[in-house]
Amino acid sequence: MIERIFFNLLQVLVVLVFSPLVAGVINRLKEIVQSKRGPSIFQPYRDLWKFFQKDEVISEESSWIFRATPYIAFITPIFVTLLIPVLTDYPLFFAFMADMVGGGFVLALGGFFKTLAAVDTANPYGPMGASRTRMVGFLAEPVFIIVFFTVAFVADSTIPYIVQKRWMSPPSNFLEPSHVLLMAAFFMLILAETGRIPVDNPSGHFELAMIDESKMLEYSGKGAALIKWGGYMKLFVLLCIFLNVLVTPWGLAYKQTFGNVLLAVPLVLFKIFIFILVLVIIESSLAKLRLFRITEFLGSAFVTSVAAMLMRLFSL
Amino acid sequence: MINDNLIAVSILDSLNMLAGGLFLLTAFGIVATRQAKGTLTLFITQSLLLAVSAFLLGLRHSSLHLYGVALVNVVAKAILIPWVLRKTVHEEVYTRREIDQVLNIPSSLLISLALVIIAYFLTIPLQQAIAVEFRGPNIPIGFAVLFLGAYTLAVRREAVPLLIGLLAMENGAFFAGISLARTLPLLVELAIATDGLIIVFITGVLIRAVHQHIGTTEVGAMARLKERTTDEALEETGQ
Repeated sequence: MIERIFFNLLQVLVVLVFSPLVAGVINRLKEIVQSKRGPSIFQPYRDLWKFFQKDEVISEESSWIFRATPYIAFITPIFVTLLIPVLTDYPLFFAFMADMVGGGFVLALGGFFKTLAAVDTANPYGPMGASRTRMVGFLAEPVFIIVFFTVAFVADSTIPYIVQKRWMSPPSNFLEPSHVLLMAAFFMLILAETGRIPVDNPSGHFELAMIDESKMLEYSGKGAALIKWGGYMKLFVLLCIFLNVLVTPWGLAYKQTFGNVLLAVPLVLFKIFIFILVLVIIESSLAKLRLFRITEFLGSAFVTSVAAMLMRLFSL
Repeated sequence: MINDNLIAVSILDSLNMLAGGLFLLTAFGIVATRQAKGTLTLFITQSLLLAVSAFLLGLRHSSLHLYGVALVNVVAKAILIPWVLRKTVHEEVYTRREIDQVLNIPSSLLISLALVIIAYFLTIPLQQAIAVEFRGPNIPIGFAVLFLGAYTLAVRREAVPLLIGLLAMENGAFFAGISLARTLPLLVELAIATDGLIIVFITGVLIRAVHQHIGTTEVGAMARLKERTTDEALEETGQ
């Protein structure tokens, strides 16, 4: 019991420590693809450190929402970390507190407050980014729901630890078409949800074209640091759900020993690195879609997820 | 030994289902892709997946005929038909994008989904009518792709995607067929493949001729051309 609580907290620690590294590696690899040298992979840590040292400026016109949002954006990914398999393939202490739908809700709560905070200040770019996020959000929502329905339909559960077991035994389950199509749909969702390239340009500095970034333009100092860190953790958590539950349910700790759990850390980081390579190839070879083409992108994600559900029906 | 066999069969079934799922996705892609070149690539992928499914079913039921079907499919649909299309139709047609479909793409996709669900419910009685060993995912998926091809024919306005829609319909019918008729003589198979090739050739030449005379292959614009009578045409030229 004590062990499981400890491992659960260890997961949170891993997510806290390694999530900026993921962002750093992505940036560095993208620069390398563009034949530049790029910043060090530890740059996000330095950025965070720098932000924590600086003073914070808050508009007098803003309300408590603006001040509370950084904490909410920072806390929500940590909550989700408690629910999902990051290092172990057996359920930990908090695993049955909520299922994948609950985790989705908690993550959406962070997004909701970020949107409110963007509207809260009188910055003209904030509300624009906020309304665009809502547009992407309400298009992504049905896909999320169908993906969860299909997972529940195939695996008879929405607890990530149980879902993950479903794909492994027997091994032919892994090749099940509904599983493969779910992976494709969820991948497109991650791209949309974390503001990656076909939907939004994470490294763009042009305010009029921003979707995700423009919501945090008004933050400075600690607030900016917390929001940024929260964003890194959100990406890390989504990658963990995608990789550990759906794509590669192998390589996690299966014994309740400290060494075994620690051994899982490099394996999980390796999986994430492979995923990042794919992500960088996509980001470097595709162009950002025009705003109203996002409907088509998420429309195809929706079709893929419903097709996954239909394939399950066909095989019954 | 028996256990090994069972595992092999279950993996083959999974793989066949997977080919079916991707087959269905390519049909959605044909509905939603704007570029003529993209639809052609999707069609090639679809035909290859059809061949894969035929091959896997051949392994599963140890039927030589299905290997033949796979081979004929690869040669005719993945190599010869695209080659003929590229040769006959002008290169410019492939680079153009089709902007004005009858419905916009998201609603097209939703209607396609509805069609797939309808296909599923339509094939339930059919599945119950046939013997157990013929049942499988191939039948609903084949019907669904048949419907999606027909839908492509209804909403597309460019000549090449229309032709691809027609060919996708044929692919769908085949996909359902390979699970039903496992001992179809190869001769029939060859005849159908040659038929398809000739259809593509004739349509390709037709598209080429239309493109040369009118300068466009937009089928949607042709209704207007037809409505003009000879007298009006003469008046316009001032004679």
